[in-house]
Amino acid sequence: MALNIETVRRIARLARLRLTPEEEQRYASQLSAVLDYAARLQQVDTSGISPTASVLGLQAPLRPDAPRASPPRDQILANAPQPEGGMFRVPRVLEGEP
Amino acid sequence: MAEITDLTLVEAAGALRAGELSSEELTRACLSRIQALDGQVHAFLHVADDLALEQARAADRRLAAWRKASAEPPSVLAGIPLAVKDVLCLQGAPATCGSRILEGFRPPYTATSVQRLLNAGAVTLGKTNTDEFAMGSSTENSAYGVTHNPWNLERVPGGSSGGSAAAVAARMCFAALGTDTGGSVRQPASFCGATGLKTSYGRVSRYGLIAYGSSLDSVGALARSAADLAPLFSQMAGHDPLDSTSVQDPVSPIELDGTGLSGLRLGVPREYFIEGLQPSVESAVRQAVARLEALGAVVREVSLPHTDLALPVYYLIAPAEASANLARYDGMRYGPRHGPGQYPEDFFITRGDLFGPEVKRRIMLGTYALSAGYYEAYYGQAQKVRTLIKSDFEAAFDQVDLIACPVAPTTAFAIGQHGDDPLAMYLEDVFTLPANLAGIPGISLPVGFDSGGLPIGMQLMAPHLGEDRLFRAAHAYQQVTAWHTEVPPL
Repeated sequence: MALNIETVRRIARLARLRLTPEEEQRYASQLSAVLDYAARLQQVDTSGISPTASVLGLQAPLRPDAPRASPPRDQILANAPQPEGGMFRVPRVLEGEP
Repeated sequence: MAEITDLTLVEAAGALRAGELSSEELTRACLSRIQALDGQVHAFLHVADDLALEQARAADRRLAAWRKASAEPPSVLAGIPLAVKDVLCLQGAPATCGSRILEGFRPPYTATSVQRLLNAGAVTLGKTNTDEFAMGSSTENSAYGVTHNPWNLERVPGGSSGGSAAAVAARMCFAALGTDTGGSVRQPASFCGATGLKTSYGRVSRYGLIAYGSSLDSVGALARSAADLAPLFSQMAGHDPLDSTSVQDPVSPIELDGTGLSGLRLGVPREYFIEGLQPSVESAVRQAVARLEALGAVVREVSLPHTDLALPVYYLIAPAEASANLARYDGMRYGPRHGPGQYPEDFFITRGDLFGPEVKRRIMLGTYALSAGYYEAYYGQAQKVRTLIKSDFEAAFDQVDLIACPVAPTTAFAIGQHGDDPLAMYLEDVFTLPANLAGIPGISLPVGFDSGGLPIGMQLMAPHLGEDRLFRAAHAYQQVTAWHTEVPPL
């Protein structure tokens, strides 16, 4: 199936990716080729077959809810693009006065 | 003795214990070789000279104390210089995943797999090149330049653990860590003439492995032989409370006593000998199977009927998982931030600017496969067909103990050969993806060369947690062959 440019733009929005017009064109054709290849899966009869999400089967191991040391704050903030006053500075996500 | 770096890991460990060599000498020999050759090969993204020498001197003190007091015997790995694929965290060194989105990132902790090797006294020389976020089969998708195959610098080393494979082949280290989500240890091992182990899903902790496809990712290793790989596996394997998917089962001891393979049932899957398989690869693999038969293995053909569906299943499931895992890269807490300082523009611009083409392609593919209206048709159906692929192996392993097949359809291809054709590149993984979908272990070992002098690999696969069988067969083969001892003409 061919992916049109509108679908590519919608997917890029969902994935939080800014694409150039050239990238949109290229991904439309390349992703269409991969999805065409994947279309052979639709021919497989999987009625009565359960999905495999993990080869280990479903499990939810328990562990003690005990605190443990985390890396020091300065090490974490050393990687931040805009550390400020011991915190991450990020763009404002809520409207209104600070 | 020729060059120190020509020693095998096991020989180097013996020399360390005997006091004939120090870890500092071994480490300096590796660092010199990296300095001499890595301009051509580009196996390393970061060489951690100071850290490595500090670790080496600590190992030397440990070995000296043991020689004096004969207290607790040191691990075979004490003082041995290793390389680490740059998707595993090592405190004190950068971790980029071959991506500009993690440029400058220095992890504040160490991956469990790496930490266990450090606990044994191993030395970490540095971080090796990888396709961006381990997405690729050639190391061409690294944002920091391609790695060259030591056997032919115009050829790719395979991927995504291409830097680790090239470093092992070029004898810049005694072994290297890799990761395998769809063949990323086995295929580069094959292309570079190394021996590469993909461990069973859950056998080695993924804590500190920067995630790509969480139901498929596994930590593995590459070295010059199965015997050299064994101590790394034994040291890394085992439950880790920090990875809830790491299994509790005891680790089977690896016994390399060199006895024959009498009674071993070896299956050869007919679906792996297909059109498009390079004739020299087929003949080398068939000869290697005959060699195993001569060692006592009982060979029979088996069928894995859903093999041809592994590729479409993988290229829906892995991108779907990747699209979720890579959502965390938004330029807020680590890595560079691009944009005008506004929400949500900064997210779009940071991710659009700093992810490479293949990563964006897989994020797009995965996002599509998980999106409303397409989830059942793509992701849901892929998970069901995954069950069929897993069942194929279960049925085959009712009849045989091990499966032998090619690692890849061809030997190392030329840099740039697949250009901008993602599907052609994906087809390189056709024989390695099934083991990841089934969660089973596999080993790639050298079994010959093509007419161009490029290494050919054979893959052995075992049931889940059956690594001991892989080691037994690979070691027996390497006791009677010398392919793994060949050195590239650098």
